[in-house]
Amino acid sequence: MAQLPENLLRRSAEARAKADGRPFEVVMAEMKGEAPPAGAAAAAPAAAAAAPVAAAGGPVRDLDAESAKFGVRRTLLERGMFARARKDGTAVPAMAGAVAAAAPAAGQAAPAAVGGPPPVSGPPPGVRTQRLLTVVKAGAIQGTTREPQDKVNVWPHLLAIEFVALLVMLALLTLMSAFIDAPLLEFANFNEQPNPSKAPWYFLGLQELLAYFDPQVAGVLLPTFGMIALMFIPYVDRNPSVRPSDRKLAIAIFTVFFMASSILTIFGSFFRGPGFNFVFPWRDGIFFDDLKTLLE
Amino acid sequence: MADENGKGGVLTAVKGMGSHLRNSQVWNSIFRPGSPARADSGDTPRNRAYVVMNNVLYHLHPVKVKRHGVKLSYTLCLGGLSFFLFILLTVTGIFLMFYYRPTSPAAYFDLQALATDVAFGQLVRNMHRWGAHLMVITVFLHMTRVFYHGAYKPPREFNWVVGIILLLLTLLLSFTGYLLPWDQLALWAVTVGSNMGAYAPVFGEQVSFILVGGVQITADTLLRFYVLHVLFLPFVITIFMAVHFWRVRKDGGISGPL
Ligand code: HEM
Repeated sequence: MAQLPENLLRRSAEARAKADGRPFEVVMAEMKGEAPPAGAAAAAPAAAAAAPVAAAGGPVRDLDAESAKFGVRRTLLERGMFARARKDGTAVPAMAGAVAAAAPAAGQAAPAAVGGPPPVSGPPPGVRTQRLLTVVKAGAIQGTTREPQDKVNVWPHLLAIEFVALLVMLALLTLMSAFIDAPLLEFANFNEQPNPSKAPWYFLGLQELLAYFDPQVAGVLLPTFGMIALMFIPYVDRNPSVRPSDRKLAIAIFTVFFMASSILTIFGSFFRGPGFNFVFPWRDGIFFDDLKTLLE
Repeated sequence: MADENGKGGVLTAVKGMGSHLRNSQVWNSIFRPGSPARADSGDTPRNRAYVVMNNVLYHLHPVKVKRHGVKLSYTLCLGGLSFFLFILLTVTGIFLMFYYRPTSPAAYFDLQALATDVAFGQLVRNMHRWGAHLMVITVFLHMTRVFYHGAYKPPREFNWVVGIILLLLTLLLSFTGYLLPWDQLALWAVTVGSNMGAYAPVFGEQVSFILVGGVQITADTLLRFYVLHVLFLPFVITIFMAVHFWRVRKDGGISGPL
């Protein structure tokens, strides 16, 4: 049994003595597993009353009573008693009450309880023994809040897919570039505005809006508002679900805007001719210079 | 050397050299443990993890991802393809920079010369132009797929905002590049585009003035757009991409499953 350092023992003995209203020496002696001083028996009526006189004349300890009184398990008291006896080479005090059924080691406790010589059965020299101090209930030191997930290795599973996607994209782009040249029209001429003049295709939806609204609205307010609205989507949409069936409204609104901007872009690209007037591409021709080289 | 023995001898010699190389210190200093290029790494689960973890790839990918995330049908690879197109545009763009001067009238004639005088010049220019159009499309579609998956919901709200900034930067990159050929298409498309900006209520005219470098497009605008296109915007978009990719991982990897 691990020996408590004297100063700690002293401190706890003092505290206990104060709590129980008993003399310090008695408590200290008890804690050390020694016999209480002679005069202490009278001062500790409870302990004295409970302690029958031993036939052998030695001190008798009623471990059950002590255990109940100090809130220390009987087995621990017994162990302390045996250890002390072994260390000091003295006889184990006689015990009142039942022989502990749960004595630490039955083979060791039995002879001791009947007053036999203390067995010298410590661990062989050089062997460190461990004592179970306490059992902590199972539970991770770090709380894991995430459910285990079905995962796969990035290599090879994801990297292979990415590599194939990359090759396919590279092949498509190379093929397209081999057959369709990028347009290069006449030299820039500040004095000759082509008719129609169209913005790059991704702005043609906006240019199309210019045909319906004031430039302040179509050219500025709508795109600015659109960008800000896009940025605020995550903060406006408070619905936590990602299931499509739970977010019918969000999907409907987004789809309307997506379709509208696509249609406006296609319209501005293919259905607008000279003067940005309406044309049918199949009747009047296509006025879309981004694809000029493809269409010629 | 044409007989069977001779061929076998050469093959063995080549094989021997190969294995000698793959066991050499130089080779092993290049490929870190776990790499399939190394002679000592078999295809074990641990080495599969090492391929990513012991590699610069670890900056982009975790060791493992959710199984549904690798399904092509989930991301459609659109974010990845946007990134790949950006890389491709950088490479082809650097090539173009060797032959292009952002002055009038040199810019226009440099592009003409590219088509006739430079090996693969026209092909690379085509790839740069179509790649740019494609990137606008893939970024836009990527945004759409993210929306339909609700992948902008907590904790990914801010990455959506970063994404919108990336979309804006992509459009700006494309728009500034549009002027560089210095032909009629470039000049007037950009004129129409920047006139729209000038209508902005408060600072519209000032912003337009700064961007264009004057009240109307001139050769100065060309230089301005060039610097924005080859230096400033790529620099900024690279930073935002880094934040974007980092957030994808920190926000718990790919979203879903639905
Ligand atoms: C230059 C443009 C962009 C690049 C290179 C890029 C790249 C990527 C990549 C590689 C991913 C990983 C998943 C995937 O491939 O789908 C991703 C995810 C994501 N992106 Fe982008 N992106 C860009 C623009 C945008 C835009 C415009 C938005 C939205 C407005 C956006 C929002 C997101 C969000 C919210 C995620 C997380 C998705 C999830 O977890 O399912 N990104 N991005």
